[in-house]
Formats: sequence, structure tokens, C-alpha cells
Amino acid sequence: MAVTTSTPADARDTAGAGAEPTPRRRRGRGANVWLGVVAWIIGIAFFFPVLWMVLTSFKTEADAYTPTPKIIFEPTLEQYEGVFSSGIGPYLANSVGATVLSTLLVLLLAVPAAFALSLRPVKKTQDVLFFFISTKMLPVVAAIVPIYVVVNEIGALDNIWTLVVLYTGMNLPIAVWMMRSFFLEVPGELLEQASIDGAPLWRTLREIVLPIVSPGIFATALICVIFAWNEFFFAVNLTAANAGTVPVFLVGFITSEGLYWAQLSAAATLAALPVVIAGWVAQNKLVQGLSFGAVK
Amino acid sequence: MTATTVERPAPAPPTGGAPMIDRAEGWRRRGPLLPALIFTIIVTQIPFLLTLYYSLQSWNLVRPGSQSFVWFQNYVDVFADSQFRGVALNTVIMTLGSVLIAVVLGLLLALLLNRRFFGRGVVRTLLITPFLITPVAAALLWRTVLLDPTLGLVNFVLSPFGADGTEWISEYPLASVMAALVWQWTPFMMLLLLAGLQSQPTDQLEAARVDGASSWSIFRELTLPHLRRFIELGVVLGTIYLVNTFDTVYMMTQGGPGTASANLPFYIYQRAFLGFDIGQSAAMGVVVVVLTLIAASFALRLLFRTFSGEEEAA
Amino acid sequence: MRGAARRRGRGRAPAVLGAILATLALVAGCSGAGALGGADGVETVTVAIVSNPQMEDAISLSPQFEAENPGIRLRFVSLSENEARAKITASVATGGGEFDVVMVSNYETPQWAQNGWLTDLEPYIARTPGYDAADFIPSVRDSLSYQGRMYSVPFYGESSFLMYRKDLFEQAGIQMPAQPTWPQVAEFAARLDQGQGQRRGICLRGKPGWGEMLAPLDTVINTFGGRWYDPQWRAQLTSPEVRQAVQFYVDLVRTHGQPGASQSGFSECATQFGQGQVAMWYDATSAAGTVEDPAESTVAGRIGYAPAPVVATPSSGWLYSWSLGIPQTSPRKDAAWRFMAWMTDKQYIQRVGQEIGWTSVPPGSRRSTYANPEYQRVSNAYAPLILEGLQRANPAQPTVQPVPYQGIQFVRIPEFQDLGTRVSQQISAAIAGQISVDEALEQSQNYAQTVGESYQR
Repeated sequence: MAVTTSTPADARDTAGAGAEPTPRRRRGRGANVWLGVVAWIIGIAFFFPVLWMVLTSFKTEADAYTPTPKIIFEPTLEQYEGVFSSGIGPYLANSVGATVLSTLLVLLLAVPAAFALSLRPVKKTQDVLFFFISTKMLPVVAAIVPIYVVVNEIGALDNIWTLVVLYTGMNLPIAVWMMRSFFLEVPGELLEQASIDGAPLWRTLREIVLPIVSPGIFATALICVIFAWNEFFFAVNLTAANAGTVPVFLVGFITSEGLYWAQLSAAATLAALPVVIAGWVAQNKLVQGLSFGAVK
Repeated sequence: MTATTVERPAPAPPTGGAPMIDRAEGWRRRGPLLPALIFTIIVTQIPFLLTLYYSLQSWNLVRPGSQSFVWFQNYVDVFADSQFRGVALNTVIMTLGSVLIAVVLGLLLALLLNRRFFGRGVVRTLLITPFLITPVAAALLWRTVLLDPTLGLVNFVLSPFGADGTEWISEYPLASVMAALVWQWTPFMMLLLLAGLQSQPTDQLEAARVDGASSWSIFRELTLPHLRRFIELGVVLGTIYLVNTFDTVYMMTQGGPGTASANLPFYIYQRAFLGFDIGQSAAMGVVVVVLTLIAASFALRLLFRTFSGEEEAA
Repeated sequence: MRGAARRRGRGRAPAVLGAILATLALVAGCSGAGALGGADGVETVTVAIVSNPQMEDAISLSPQFEAENPGIRLRFVSLSENEARAKITASVATGGGEFDVVMVSNYETPQWAQNGWLTDLEPYIARTPGYDAADFIPSVRDSLSYQGRMYSVPFYGESSFLMYRKDLFEQAGIQMPAQPTWPQVAEFAARLDQGQGQRRGICLRGKPGWGEMLAPLDTVINTFGGRWYDPQWRAQLTSPEVRQAVQFYVDLVRTHGQPGASQSGFSECATQFGQGQVAMWYDATSAAGTVEDPAESTVAGRIGYAPAPVVATPSSGWLYSWSLGIPQTSPRKDAAWRFMAWMTDKQYIQRVGQEIGWTSVPPGSRRSTYANPEYQRVSNAYAPLILEGLQRANPAQPTVQPVPYQGIQFVRIPEFQDLGTRVSQQISAAIAGQISVDEALEQSQNYAQTVGESYQR
């Protein structure tokens, strides 16, 4: 069994190593060059809107509106100065706080829950899983006023902890689903072997199970970070001056009377930057984590 | 592969199956699950019950003193509202259309990225970026930078072909919104399916190739069945998230022209925050939940049947 | 493989833990610094405003207020118009109490004053020497009052007028009359329209929204002799006058108007006009500041201004004012008033003029602004027209025939936000060519009737 699990692991892409068996035929390489070209074109096309947004953020407003898009222009940092002088600092801090705290809480709750639903299953596993996913079916917009009223009653409006709790509730179902699949990857024989050897449960968990699912934990955490960071609706309705997050800050740059595309681009770039960097750095882990058994 | 082994309970405790021990074991197993379950129940069911409570009232936020119980009148009004039906249809089209296109595109891209070529890591990085951008910013990007009739890039690119001047958001609102959604969600599907492709045991593929099978039949007979679970997971998760899509519609088209691109969450938002009709919007929310539950039950039971218990010939 | 993973896991855990603790410390530090209030006698006043350029200027000048008032700290929540409205309304209506100062308008003020949600400002005005509330333009002041008492104070006011390219008119040999009519404007637009893909004749808003397209459209309806309701609250949207007005508007923008008309709001038309892509633009008087700014507009200095076009009424400009009020729930009304007074008094106008520029001065609130020679110097092309437009606007009698409501470009009832948006969605679809004007008006009539019935009781 150990051998079988390591074969996909070897084949897995950790640093660009191929998953396909190395083609022994020479002409395979030629076909791959063409595929490479196609892939690059598609990649750039997909990425282009983002690239344009970043470019626009370095333009002056006048340069940003020309009917013929300007590729050559004189770059300026004035838009970013404007964004920073509008006080993005507290919003960033709030976003970081809400995202990190809610993700930690999600992991803290989801890992044991997923464990309970997979390696030592309870009865009615399917029903519990269905319940978790059903909580995401109520459109937030319909529940927002009731939530607002409740949060107001307990005096928790404009409070970062309100967001932490709500984001945790929002991400918990998918975290449970994902972690459960990772746990299902753990070979049963290993657990049997460990318990026959008389190892206590905690040691088994730490030394055997955790290393196998750690890429999965990482992948789940990244998904939660992405959703929590980009969440807009709860933030804009339940926060005011103190607990506003970055998406809320961004919306403040959309004016109904004025032409501010370049400044908006700068704000949007800054808003997206932390998660984009995190996603880029972690995408290897993400693929590894997902392939380790996102689905079983 | 190891699914069947795992589904069975862990080794039974040494002492024989006396009911007391089983119950204790049962609670020990449920233990880890309880914090998450209790938390979820509190955080999600309280709002839901409140929404139900408000849905039975007629309450306009800006007309003080208008709060009164009307029981099921709101629900009757919801189903009599012809716009609601149109919006519901929009939601179905928008959701299923975007999900299916994203899955197909994701599959093609995953197949592409599964091959070796120069700078594969970079291309993968470029391709996942749309998923990481804040939906609010992405929607604005599409609206102003790309699809603006005079200053947008799409028309600029199309101008040599004479197709410029198309007012995308006015003439094809639903398609415009779907384009933005597909752009954002294809990377997610792609990653999922790439993971699936890379977890496929290569010895089978080798064996089939040695046997002389064509690429297409390998794909159809071996790869696709292996990928089926990943595809299904992508479809389920994508659908659940896309049904609730709000930011994109709000930022791109405001549901217009008319209600051509409005989906249910946006429509509910307008009732709640423009009309300040809390009772009506709550009732709509409950209706959406019920409809989604019904649809999801079918889909998920199907999913579970293929997930657990079934041994895949992998 | 597994061994390596285990080693990595152990090595990483302390680092991850350290990072988490550092983050928590950072967050605690930041939020702790921001959450101080009440201690040391410092009051924190939370202000909810709309993110328009004039408001942004106020935020940038606010450190001066804090320097002059050491006991008061300011926190701003700035959102785009739709978001700000929704949030402020929800908060004030449910007594959320997050804000001490809210930005409202002449739409909300009388209604909310009646509901008891806003604080009566007369006592505060009386206690503030030199504030000179009598200096406010009378029509603006009245629109923010309830039973003769002010419940919010104007930050800036606007009417609507017609902007046109003087140079293009000269080239074509057209003379803009002192008071143009809509048929005349349609004719000018036809003559100056160069066709699709080139310069168009006029820019008119087509974007759905009760505050977007419906604002100019309502003035057109009014001046054509139409109205929303008769005195018995029967909806009039399918009456001949309204039909004629809406048909005129839709035809004009479809034939000689800007591309993307059904999604064009203020910003889009500002871009079009400022980039020289349309020859005329009928919209808010506050647009003048934007299109006369050489940093953003290529046609600055070549713009002529005319009063809002009419048909059957003597004037037709709308009346709108962004204003500041204090919710009843605020526990620090004195501090809130101190800030509001600072932001709306004569010295503030001077401050903006001297430190930011006279073109950025918030227009349409005080008469003294228009008597200021420095302001006159930069704005004499349009300022007199704005003042005149504001003074002539009469929300109490906006239409030819009698009506049971007040408001020129809106109907001042709570349901209008929703009703207006729904109706504008229908008409926007007509502009996009998806339905006919008649179909749009039929549907709109249904909506309006439902609302009207609740007032007939």
C-alpha cells in the first residue's frame, strides 16, 4: 500500500516535474512545443485584464481615458499616493485580522470534524455533510437585515470579531468537505498497524496522519483565506469606521460623480495584492494538496 | 483505492460489544465533530429562523409602524411576481451556464497544463490569478476596462474586424456577466481537474499506450471516468457558490437593462435595500433556500452514491 | 517522502505559530489604537458620507478641524452613493447608532424628520454665532426643513442645466437661445451628430436608478406637462403627456445620443463630454467643475451653458442637495454639530478656495459663495446660471398640473427609491431597444399604481 500511494506522489508536480510518463518518442517533444505556445497564449489572454488594470494604476487620469488604449505612457505613482493617503492602513489590518483569525478558527473546528466524519465515522455521515453544505444555500442578501438586527441587539456592530465569526461560519462547510477528502486518503492499513502496535491515538495522529494531510490543510487554509479576504457583503453592511475591510475601502473609490479609473485601478491592485501573492506562492502546495485527494 | 478500507470503522475495542461501550465509543467519535457542528448551527440557523420569522411579516423599514403579521401573504406575492420568475430563470441560466463552461474550459486547460512545456509553472500562475482577485474589483474591471463601448479593450481589439461599437453590457447583459464569472471560476475548476489528472496512476496509462490505444480512447475510457468525481465536485461547489453570486451582478450591470441580467440574490437585495421591504425579501430568501435544497438533494444523493462505497476500478 | 514531510511539518510549526502571534499583535495594536474613544475626554465622531470629489476634499481638510478642536477625533466612512444610501438608511431606520453624522439629501430629510429619526438643528444653529443659516439659498434651505425647522444643513446643492460646445456651435452656425426648448435641443443634436462611431449630438443619462436616469427624465416629464400622480394618487404614467415626454427622451438618445446609452450614468457622460465625443450634455450643474478641469477634460474652456430646456413650464432644472444631519441615536450631538458647522460654514468655502482651488468649492449651498469675487472669476461662465436655476426650482409645485407630492426629479415618498428604480429599469430597457416605450410605460404604470393605492387609503 505504501508503494501505491507514493507512485502518484512521485508523479505529482512539486516543482514542474511532469506527470506524464516521459515520452520516449522524439516527436513528442515537437508536439509539446506547440502546446506550450498555445498554453502561453491562453495564459497571457487570461491574465491580460489584470495586467491592464495594473498598468492603468500607473497612469494619470487623462491617460486612462483615451479611446485608443495607451501602452506607452509616462508612469506615475500619484494614484498610489492618493490611495495610501486615503488611509488604507486600518482596512488592511482589519482584513488581515479577520482573514487570519477566521481561517485559524475554521481549521481548528474543521479538522476534528472532518476526522470524525472520515477515519472514525459516525452514523449519518452523509446527513451531516449534507447539512453543512445546505447552510450555504440561503442567499446572504435575504438574511442580512435579520443578521444586522441581531448583531445590533448584542452591540457587536462595527466589530472585527463579528466578521471573524461570520467568516468562520461561511467557510466551515467547504473546509469540512475538503478536509474529509484528505483524511480519506490516509491508508487504513497504517492506522490499523499503528493501533496494533499500541500507539495512542494522539501520537498516531501527529506522526502518521498529520504529515499525510498537511498539504490538504494548507490547501483548505488557502481557499478559506481567498474567500474571507474577498468577502464584501457582510463587511460593507456590518462595519462602519472601525472594522472596515479592504473590499469596503475599495468601494469608497467608486464615485458617482467623477472620473477616477486610474485611482480605482490602483486601489483594486492593492486590494488584490496580498491574496494574489499568497496564491502565487502557494499554488504548488494547492495543486499538491488538491491532488492528494480532494475527491475520493 | 483505499476508500473501502477507510469506510469501515476502526478496529473494535477489545472488550466485546456491550451496549455501554458502544455508546461511549459513539460519543468519543462524535466528540471531534461537535464543536464544528454546534458552531455552524448557531451561526447559520439563528439567521435562518429569524429570516423565516420576518418573512411572515409585512415590514417596510422606512415606514415606521408598518410592522404587522401577514403570515403567508408574502409568499403568495413572491410567486405572483412575474419578475421573480424571470429572475429565477436568469439565475438558472447564469449558474448552470457559467459552471458548465468553466468546467469544460477548466478541463481543456488542465489537460494542457498536464503536459510538459517551457515555463509551465508561470503559465499556471497566470491562469489562476483571476480566481484570486476580489470579485468586486474583477466585475469593475470587466465593466470599465474591457467592455466599455468606446474605451474598452474588447472593442479595441475587435475594431479591425469592424465589430467595434458593440455595447456589450446593454445588448448582451447576461452573456457579459457570465463571461466575467467564467473568467473568475475557470481557474478553480482547472486546479481541481489538474489535481485529478495528476493523481491518475500512470501505470494504467502506460499499459494502455503500450497496447496501442489511441489518445482519444485513453481519454474517454480511462481519464474521464477517473476525473468524474473531480468534475462532479467542481460542479457542485461551483453551483452552490454561483447561485449566490451577488458582487458581479451588482458591480457590472446592476441587473439591467430592465431585469435582463438580474439574478435572485440581486433581486432580493433590491427589495431589501431599495424598497426596504424586509418581509418580502425574507420570503424570497426562504423560497430560494427551498428550491436550492430540492435541486441539491437530487444532485448530492447522486454524488454520494458515486463517492462512498463504490469501488472505482482505478 | 513521509519522513521528509514530517520533518518539514515540525520545523514549520513554530514559525507558523510565531507568524500568527505577530499578526495578532499587529491587529491588536492597530485596532487598539483606533478604538480609543471617550478616554482622556476625546470624543470620536463617526461620519458617514458619499464618496464624491467635494466630500473627498472635505476629508483631506479635516485634520485642520481636529487641530482646531482638540477634544474631537473624526472617523470617516466613505462609500459610493448607492452603498452609502443603503447603509445609512438601514442604520438610521433600525437605530443602529454607528454614525454621529450622516450625509443625507433633500429626499430623506423631510421624511426622516417626520419619523423622528433626525435631530432638530435649529437650537444648534442659534447657538453658533456667525453660522448665518439665512445665507443658504432659500429653495435649498426649505427643501431640508420640516415644519419650518432645519433638520439637515446643505453641503452642496445642484440643479440641472445644458452644457454645450461653444466652438462646435460656432462652426455649425447655430446660436443657443437664452432659454432653449427641448424640440430646439433635439434639432441641434441632429445637426451636430456625426453618426455612429464618431461625435454624437448629445449625452443623456440612460442608466437605471432613481437617482441616475430618472433625474433628468423626470424634469423632461415635468416640463412636457406630465406628472406621476394626480391629486387622488392615481398613477399617470400612461397619460399622453408622460408618453410624449418619455418617447421624446428615448428617441433622442437612441438617434443622436452616446453609445452605451442604457448604461450611461453621470460618470460615463462626463467622460464622453470631457473627451469631446458628444456635443451637448444635459445633467447636474455640479458637472461644470469636472468638465472645466483641464487635468481631466480636453474641452475645458470651450463650453457654453444654457438653462435646463423647457416645453410647457417656465423653468425645468431639478433641485438636489447633499446635506449633513445628526441621527437621534447619537450620544455626542454637540461634537457632531461642531463638525457639521465647520464643514458647511462660510469659512469652509474660503478654505477650499484658497487651499484646493476655487473650482473645487462646493457649489449651490450659500449665496455668499456666488458673491465672492474670487469664485466669480473662475466660474463666471456657469455660476450665475446655477444660482438662478437653484432659486427658480420649486419642489412644491414642479409640474404643470397639480400633484399630491413634492419633489422635482423625484417623488418624495419612501417607496420612490424602489419604484423609481423599477421604472427606470423598464425605460432603460427601452433605450437599449429591448422593449418599446409603450411596453415600458405599461409595466411602470402597474408598479406606480400599486404604490399609489397604498396612499389612497
